[in-house]
Amino acid sequence: MTIGWYLAVSALIFAIGAGGVLVRRNPLVVLLCLELMLNAANLALIGFARMWGNGDGQVFALIVMVVAACEVTVGLGLIVAMHRRRLPIDVDEMRELQG
Amino acid sequence: MSTVIFFIAAIGAITGAIGVIVLQDPFYSVLALVGHLISLAALFLLLRAEFVAAAQVVVYAGAVMVLYVFVVSYVGREAAPLGQNPGRGATLGAFACGIALVIELFIAVLGSGLQAIGSDGAPYVAGFGTPEAIGKLLLTRFLAPFEIASYLLLVAAVGAVTLARRRGGLDEGIEGAPPTISVADLLRPRPLGTGTMAEAGGRVEVEQ
Amino acid sequence: MSATTAAWLVLAAPLAGTIAIGALFNRLPGRSAGWIGTGSIAVSFVFALITLYKLQQQAPAHRELTSTLWTIAGTVGVDARATILVDPLSVLMICVVAGVSMLIHLYSISYLQGDRGYSRFFAYLNFFVFSMLLLVLAGNFLLLIVGWAFVGAASYMLISFWYRRTTATSAGMKAFVINVLGDIGLVLGTFFIFRHTHTFDLLASFHAAPHVFASGSGDVTAGCLLLLVGAFAKSAQIPLHTWLPDAMEGPTPVSALIHAATMVTAGVYLIARMHPLFQLAPAAGDVGAIIGALTLLIAGTIGLAATDLKRVIAYSTMSQIGYMIMGVSIGAYTAGLFHLMTHAFFKALLFMAAGSLISAMGGSQSLDRMSGWRRALPFTFAAFVIGGLALTGVPPFSGFFSKDSILLFAAGRGGWHWALYVAGYLGAFLTGLYTFRMIFRAFLGDPCPEALELIDHGHLFHPPAPTNPANGEIEDTDVGFPGPDHVIAERALPMRVAMSVLALLATVGGIVAIPNTTRWLDHFLAPTFADSTLLSHPSNGLLYFGLALGTVVSLVSIATAYFVWVARPALAPAIAARARPLTTLFENKWYFDELIDAVVVRPGAWFGRFAQNTFERVIVNGVLIGGTTGLVRAGSALVRGTQSGMLRLYAGMMLVGIAGVGLYFLLQS
Repeated sequence: MTIGWYLAVSALIFAIGAGGVLVRRNPLVVLLCLELMLNAANLALIGFARMWGNGDGQVFALIVMVVAACEVTVGLGLIVAMHRRRLPIDVDEMRELQG
Repeated sequence: MSTVIFFIAAIGAITGAIGVIVLQDPFYSVLALVGHLISLAALFLLLRAEFVAAAQVVVYAGAVMVLYVFVVSYVGREAAPLGQNPGRGATLGAFACGIALVIELFIAVLGSGLQAIGSDGAPYVAGFGTPEAIGKLLLTRFLAPFEIASYLLLVAAVGAVTLARRRGGLDEGIEGAPPTISVADLLRPRPLGTGTMAEAGGRVEVEQ
Repeated sequence: MSATTAAWLVLAAPLAGTIAIGALFNRLPGRSAGWIGTGSIAVSFVFALITLYKLQQQAPAHRELTSTLWTIAGTVGVDARATILVDPLSVLMICVVAGVSMLIHLYSISYLQGDRGYSRFFAYLNFFVFSMLLLVLAGNFLLLIVGWAFVGAASYMLISFWYRRTTATSAGMKAFVINVLGDIGLVLGTFFIFRHTHTFDLLASFHAAPHVFASGSGDVTAGCLLLLVGAFAKSAQIPLHTWLPDAMEGPTPVSALIHAATMVTAGVYLIARMHPLFQLAPAAGDVGAIIGALTLLIAGTIGLAATDLKRVIAYSTMSQIGYMIMGVSIGAYTAGLFHLMTHAFFKALLFMAAGSLISAMGGSQSLDRMSGWRRALPFTFAAFVIGGLALTGVPPFSGFFSKDSILLFAAGRGGWHWALYVAGYLGAFLTGLYTFRMIFRAFLGDPCPEALELIDHGHLFHPPAPTNPANGEIEDTDVGFPGPDHVIAERALPMRVAMSVLALLATVGGIVAIPNTTRWLDHFLAPTFADSTLLSHPSNGLLYFGLALGTVVSLVSIATAYFVWVARPALAPAIAARARPLTTLFENKWYFDELIDAVVVRPGAWFGRFAQNTFERVIVNGVLIGGTTGLVRAGSALVRGTQSGMLRLYAGMMLVGIAGVGLYFLLQS
């Protein structure tokens, strides 16, 4: 398959992830959708790396994976802290940044 | 042959993605994502990125998703009655957003003037995508990002522990008065076990 | 010292007086403010005489002198300078104004003693004299307008001098508003003239006028008509006259100075000064003559029915000024100004005497309550009689010569001016009637209780509580109200001196212009009016006929007044009852106040209410302000809605933004 197909798949997954962020109310699932988007980006990077025959894209993808891991860690820590304090696990309830 | 594998992997990835956003139970969503990640690893292999594929399976699907599973189990699936239905308007809006995004990305990617998109990519050089190649890149050209990434991991780990530990908090003192710390408080010797996992687990006595 | 320097000093003295008195007003003991005020006007009068002397030393062709002190604004097309014009007309005016003002100041020293606002009064009075002198000495339209406005302001300040009386403040506002109407006319008239002559300077305008205006053209006629509006408002002619009777709320010296001798003659001066322009606009001159004639008749009839002493004299002023306006409108400049001068003498005298009588009455001004004061106030009676004879035009008093010279000129012009001639003598008959009605009712007959108190016990009548003579409200004698002292001429030397001088002038003042004998005034004013194109050549026969007719009319009117109000007292009410409609008309002052109320005041008030309720409330507040704020509020509510704190909303907006930016770049490439 030509590289274009991979890029198309990446775009599709990115859009699905974006839709999921907007639709789901459980912060865990929102983080999962974020992972989707990051993975789609990874796929695109690897595809371009193959296109140019350059290893840079793959290194970039690795670093993205590292960042994703860190972000998941912190995010899940937040959710645990929320659960500890008996706060509702609902992004719509966390509205202190309003006004 | 590669075409078949491509389609299987692609469909698996997309199905997993849809499953993540559609399934009600967060646990099932996690499982769907694991499936999606493994399909993605297959796609990586098709693109000659062996090391990245391996890293994807081991690190992402292995470590990160396991972490997710732990947290989902801890938090539980009942929690508050989450109306997973955000309302017709929001769903349709998100749908429209997604479709717009897809169309735009398609046009951006496929309508661009890059001829290479239509090709299979650059001619294959042996050793492309192998651990040696990646390692060489990481330690020469991308040394700085590599080091910074490790720092990032450290910070994230510390942060996660800080966020999630059980805290005693400051005592109230007089009713309604804002809690104050004085320098004496800061210089007072800490009880044994401060900052350890024992404290996080709530088994260290905090004095007045 | 040249004539113009003396003229500047004439202006400077009253200005210095008002500043001095104003600055020290609460530190001047006793009556010193009065003496300072009188002294400054006396200095001014001396300088006026010096100016006269110096002017006469010039050759007749060179008797129009100007002097500029500084340039106010010399920009493109506008020449605004502080210029005075010293010529026979202005010198006559400053001599009359300064002289009569000096005597009235002298009178006021005694008359207003004890009033808590004594110093304020003299400061205002000096300011008024300064303004009037500025008006008549002005060498360009600009200073004329400034003096005009200042005079109006001084009039307002002096009418509402006793400011705690609501009647006085209302009267002051009424005078001011009507005068402002006149100011508008004056300024607009100036614009119309300026448009073509392109200069504010009076002499330059007059030289240029015949070249830039065709005779009878629209602009010059419009300009002169607007100037006439100003003149009518200031000189209390129909229909802008309603302020003058109410202006009698001011203290009697104010009535004497402003509303008899000087300010109300400003309109006459204006027309005389602008005579080159009026000659180019015959229509304006005719309007002036007709209004003057109407006023002198209407005011005379109202004077017959008035019962307030000062108001009778006020309507008399209005009537006499009608003569003057009529005179200068038809070209009888010397005659009109002669009558201005003599009128200043005898009218000021009458007002001064009236002040003395009102003091003796304890503040009451009602003619119905006065009678038999002849024995109690002999000097005042003599002053009234001399003033009344001069006013009626009995020879050899000054009023006789001045009034007849105006009417002679009218007859000499011929044509429709004969109507003015007839109206003039009719007015003379009315003048004698109302004047001697007033004198006979107040002084002859049995003494009223107030007079008896003076005759029998030798002290003045004091009312139990001070009251407002107009509406009977109880007052006190603190600042803002009249003081407790009532001063009569018989007991105050300054008042007697002032009144005696004026009585003398009223008697012999006619000597300056006895027809066919002394032509001093004619020769004096000739340099100013030499270019007059409105000439009249009455025959000698007409002259002698006029003199005889005038004598007969005045004597007959006095005799009639005696017959009706002294010999047969019951006759007056009987006639009034038989001619009820006429009597009502005269008593209600020809309903002019009601007419102005219906035509001007009510629509104005309606419009104000409409503007407030509909326009202001609905359009301005509702649509404009409310609409704008509503728009802003809606906009900010819209923006505020995005700050909901909803994570998904933020994420969504971010995505939309990114998609938008991507779209932009996509379209660009």
